[in-house]
Amino acid sequence: MNLLFYITAGVAVIATLRVVTHSNAVHALLYLIVSLLAVALIFFLLGAPFAAALEIIIYAGAIMVLFVFVIMMLNPGGQSIGGRTPLRRPGTWLGPALLAVILLAELTVVLAVGGVTAPSREQVGTIALGQTLFGPYVLGVELASVLLMAGLVGAYHLARPEETSTDEGGKP
Amino acid sequence: MISVPTTQVMLLAGVLFVLGLLGVMVRRNIIFLLLSLEIMLNSAALAFVAVGFHWGRPDGQIMFLFILAMAAAEVSVGLALVLQLHQRIHTLDVDQASRLRG
Repeated sequence: MNLLFYITAGVAVIATLRVVTHSNAVHALLYLIVSLLAVALIFFLLGAPFAAALEIIIYAGAIMVLFVFVIMMLNPGGQSIGGRTPLRRPGTWLGPALLAVILLAELTVVLAVGGVTAPSREQVGTIALGQTLFGPYVLGVELASVLLMAGLVGAYHLARPEETSTDEGGKP
Repeated sequence: MISVPTTQVMLLAGVLFVLGLLGVMVRRNIIFLLLSLEIMLNSAALAFVAVGFHWGRPDGQIMFLFILAMAAAEVSVGLALVLQLHQRIHTLDVDQASRLRG
């Protein structure tokens, strides 16, 4: 069953390599999502299904949506949206789709063999995780909330338009 | 059932980290720089989860949660900086933003 890990690791490395070497930002984003899905599957194989779910929800969901927003606002690369739809050309989506299909097949195998619960020995359950998180690490949780608040305020301050930042008196 | 050796998971995390580092060093588009930073953070999180699995402790997954929160904060501020950079110098090339006084 180590073969599953090797296939997933290969998918992750290939997808990450394509992220780094690609020229189009949106295609690189697609490959990065595949890479994150592969890492989430590795988390699942390691007996950490909660971390795998968080990886998909927060990394591949929320953070990648932020990237998509910014890329759509900026539209780098000068490629015009419209005209021929990119879905007609399979070169744009074939690579990530193939890698994602490989991951889906692996997940199907894992679920068919090991059942819906964690495939390997789940040494650390979600209950123990929550108890440890809000036990010895509760100060870290508070610090993370402060960090997220600072990120929110900082992002709001930095993304303001130019003209509103001049009459505040502070150097931007 | 599935016994993944921790050494190989750490090796994968190292490979992913090096790929992200290469991306930061080679690419000059700031969006790709942020993507490579995400790859590096993700590989660090993978290393934490692997070590937590190896020792059977929940600490690795807790560090993964903290890395997640930190990545969310980092990427929001970073993308706001990308918008500000695009407003000021109308490019995404970080080499064009080499003047210290903006």
